Amino acid sequence: MEVSSLYVKESGAIKRAKGSLLVAESIPGVKFNEVVDVRLANGEIKSGQAIDISAEATVVQVFGGVSEVDLADSKIRCKGETLKLPVSGDLLGRIFNGMGKPIDGVPAFVPEGYMDINGEPMNPASRRPPSEFIETGISAIDGLNALVRGQKLPIFSGSGLPHNQIVAQVIRQAAVKGKAEKFAIVLGAIGVSYDDASFFMKNLEETGALERTVAFINTASDPVIERISTPRLALTAAEHLAWQHGMHVLVILTDMTNYCEALRELSSMREEIPSRRGYPGYMYTDLATMYERAGRVFDKEGSVTIMPILTMPDDDITHPIPDLTGYITEGQVVLSRNLERKGIYPPIDVFLSLSRMMKEGIGEGKTREDHNNVFMQSYAAYAEGCYLREISTIIGAESLGERDKVYLANASDFESKFIAQGEFEKRTVEETLDIAWKLFSALPKEDLKLIKEEFIERYLPKQEASS
Amino acid sequence: MGKIWRVSGPLIVADDMRGSQVYEIVHIGEEGIVGEIIGLEEDKAIVQAHEDTLGLKVGEVVEGTGKILSAELGPGLVGSIYDGLQKSLLAMAEDMGSFLKRGARALALPRDTKWQFTPVVKAGDMVSGGDIIGTVPETELIEHRVMVPLGMRGKIKEIREGSYTVEETIALLEDGGEVRELRLMQEWPVRKPRPYKQRHDPSGLLTTGMRILDYMFPLALGGKAAIPGGFGTGKTVTMQQLVRWAQTDLNIYVGCGERGNEMADVLYSFRQLKDPNTGKLLKEKEIFIANTSNMPVVAREASIFVGVTMAEYYRDMGYDILLVADSTSRWAEAMREMGGRLEEMPGEEGFPSYLGSRLSSFYERAGMVECLGSPGRKGSITIAGAVSPPGADFSEPVTQNTLRIVDALYSLDVSLANKRHFPAISWLMSYSLYADTVSAWWEKLDPGWAETRMAGLKLLQQEAELEEIVRLVGPEALPEGDKLLLLVTRMIREDFLQQSAYHEVDTYCVPVKAGLMLKTIMKFYDMATEMLNAGKSVAEVRSLPVVYKISRMKDVPNDKMPAKAKELWVEMEKAVTTDKPVS
Repeated sequence: MEVSSLYVKESGAIKRAKGSLLVAESIPGVKFNEVVDVRLANGEIKSGQAIDISAEATVVQVFGGVSEVDLADSKIRCKGETLKLPVSGDLLGRIFNGMGKPIDGVPAFVPEGYMDINGEPMNPASRRPPSEFIETGISAIDGLNALVRGQKLPIFSGSGLPHNQIVAQVIRQAAVKGKAEKFAIVLGAIGVSYDDASFFMKNLEETGALERTVAFINTASDPVIERISTPRLALTAAEHLAWQHGMHVLVILTDMTNYCEALRELSSMREEIPSRRGYPGYMYTDLATMYERAGRVFDKEGSVTIMPILTMPDDDITHPIPDLTGYITEGQVVLSRNLERKGIYPPIDVFLSLSRMMKEGIGEGKTREDHNNVFMQSYAAYAEGCYLREISTIIGAESLGERDKVYLANASDFESKFIAQGEFEKRTVEETLDIAWKLFSALPKEDLKLIKEEFIERYLPKQEASS
Repeated sequence: MGKIWRVSGPLIVADDMRGSQVYEIVHIGEEGIVGEIIGLEEDKAIVQAHEDTLGLKVGEVVEGTGKILSAELGPGLVGSIYDGLQKSLLAMAEDMGSFLKRGARALALPRDTKWQFTPVVKAGDMVSGGDIIGTVPETELIEHRVMVPLGMRGKIKEIREGSYTVEETIALLEDGGEVRELRLMQEWPVRKPRPYKQRHDPSGLLTTGMRILDYMFPLALGGKAAIPGGFGTGKTVTMQQLVRWAQTDLNIYVGCGERGNEMADVLYSFRQLKDPNTGKLLKEKEIFIANTSNMPVVAREASIFVGVTMAEYYRDMGYDILLVADSTSRWAEAMREMGGRLEEMPGEEGFPSYLGSRLSSFYERAGMVECLGSPGRKGSITIAGAVSPPGADFSEPVTQNTLRIVDALYSLDVSLANKRHFPAISWLMSYSLYADTVSAWWEKLDPGWAETRMAGLKLLQQEAELEEIVRLVGPEALPEGDKLLLLVTRMIREDFLQQSAYHEVDTYCVPVKAGLMLKTIMKFYDMATEMLNAGKSVAEVRSLPVVYKISRMKDVPNDKMPAKAKELWVEMEKAVTTDKPVS
């Protein structure tokens, strides 16, 4: 945002002001989508964006509405510049608002350069396939939905579910096995309550991670338009740290539902044709241009991993926000109100959750040779148990056969022993897999169809054989 | 030369553009962003920009090229990776690093590579458009047949053997006193289908190595298929499996508005994986188009047509081509975005009213044809398009319009995916109208195919009905016959239909093996029925060692399967005879 104070051009008369749009006579030199100043008669300055420019007129969307704009004395001033973020390694440890202005009271740093907050798309041919397993210490993630560097894995939550705690736990515990490398965390808080923002900041402070963190905070009371720039600023900072400073950056964006609401609000003010539920038709592309900034490239060391949090309106996974997100991200971690009610933390619904990058990050030399098999078999067994649980609610558990009863009990054990763990408990991936094996030992051995025989030999606890 | 008059997102109106033509390519502004004229009005041209328009100003230059959007065709296409406008992504990575700059240009075909050209006609021969005049070994698997560009005819005045770049002259063609130079490279406008002599019905199985496709819902060469599915149902993996293992001459993968990391994964794996039949690296028979979701939206629209134009060019050489497009929904969304900017009257859900006709103009470029020119030859294009319906709701316009055109549907089911049953293709919802087309092919290889297939599908249908009863009374309350049916259908589902894309053997299953696997399960059903009739219980049948062995058939290498099947059949026959109760 720091651009020369020399304004290049000022508009002539404003012809129309309605909603959040101003239509003015054409301003020569204004760039498409540039951020402009709107100077009111009383000297107050509002920001806006040139969303349609032509030789006849310039249309400006004013952030925060057009109140107090009058057609005679208000003027639009443009700088001939699009939104840019000053970047430097000194970003670390700093807190900014949704327009990239420092709000931590520390003086501004000397920038190494200015970066366009929209970034440049990665060349698909230059992308390095993500394959480095990140151990989060959470069984339901490491064992069944493994996260790898360069992935974008969102958390689909609902209001009141402990998504913040889970993310805080990931931040505390996440590490790549056997490596100590330069890492950084970038937090983009979008339209969040003060409590949510301070929860993260406190957590980062307690774990000493604050000095490795850059935060961009747009609270619920800040202007809506800044919710559009907040995640882009966060990603621009992350890219700078990853590609110029070789760091491994984890970007936390919360809450993307607020972002999408802001997008809808601005779109309807622009009188665009709405798509599903009033969200703009380009929401998929808009989200993709941000999430796709995750990844790794062949010629650079660092990586950008994105973990966005979104709350599903009414816990509905088919709502356009989680739906479009799911089409873009490489899987999702879905939280379940049902498990939460049973007192299980983390309440991760392993059926709806998925990590598309998992297969690249697990196995011999990465986690353990049996990981993939254990993962498949755990799913199969738990799915069977849950299916039987559903049936047993109608016919009663007593009417099930012996084999079915084993599976029914196994499903409950899976929830209470494998999925459930402490908020401050960090399990290694080996511990996670061993828990799964312990659970397998209760099942009929011939049912372990999805595991290679040599792994059964090696890992299945032997004491059960005595019976 | 014109100038920018208005900018609104990807829509640009340029002034002083008299003399331009619709669909002409223009370069916009200082950076030379690529755009395409989609309408003309007196001096003004309406341009859709294929790149981001951020920061453009009124008054910047707009320069016409006089050419409409065309694809470069010639040796060097196979093994390449292109963006939606056929710019070489590998060349751009080399020139400007890992990030794409706006306005960056790269040619589709390398201009300095020399190709070994061997003529098959000689001076004095009369030739016309489509005639093969010589060959170039393009990759280890593709012999590039150099054709006379369509629309040209005449007498070969001179033809040269040796090594040439795509721009050098390889032959001179004389037509009524006019001499024209022929090169290895030619161009074709992408929105215009390449002509052929005659259209034929699809025929023959397109072997994919996926059991549920090949055996249950076969796809014919020259056919059209749609793969709709919600997110996480394995659309992309299914598409990737298709381009990996399809036994066609050449496969084209159009990644349209999808994930970059997955694209990277495909690109990477194709440099390591080998074709099961030829043992050569897969990149020797693949062309990629990667227009990921963060790349310019409007170029998505072009990417599909660029892909299918390249497919037609190789079809015209007499090859069988598979083109997969992932995902056509993103393509449709690009049309919707442009339609909105142009203030067109929207149809359903904001999509333009021409959505259906645009979709069919793409799918109808599939087919088995008699190619133009001599020697006479047949070629085919098979198209499989992924559809990403919002909320996995198949009633939305893109899915519905697609279903009106395609003849095979592979419907991906969220509940199967949640159970990690992959490929999550629903056997109840999917269909293929090519079953009759390929039955002759199958019966020759596997007599009794049609019957076994129907029997298998019928059992699965019965299972779905029984399932409703089970939910009310529980599995234990069923009669033994029904319990056995559930055991067998479970085997069909888990031991036959389920197939791991990541298991070294199971990822590609030859048709013979698929046939033997299902027949073995059906044989088990016969055997078990006999045992039940003889007084055994389903619990006893279930604990037979052969049940476990059947579940491991997937891991048996393709060539070992006949022996394995024989062994299992012997074991089953023994089980029946030795377990006869002593009455």
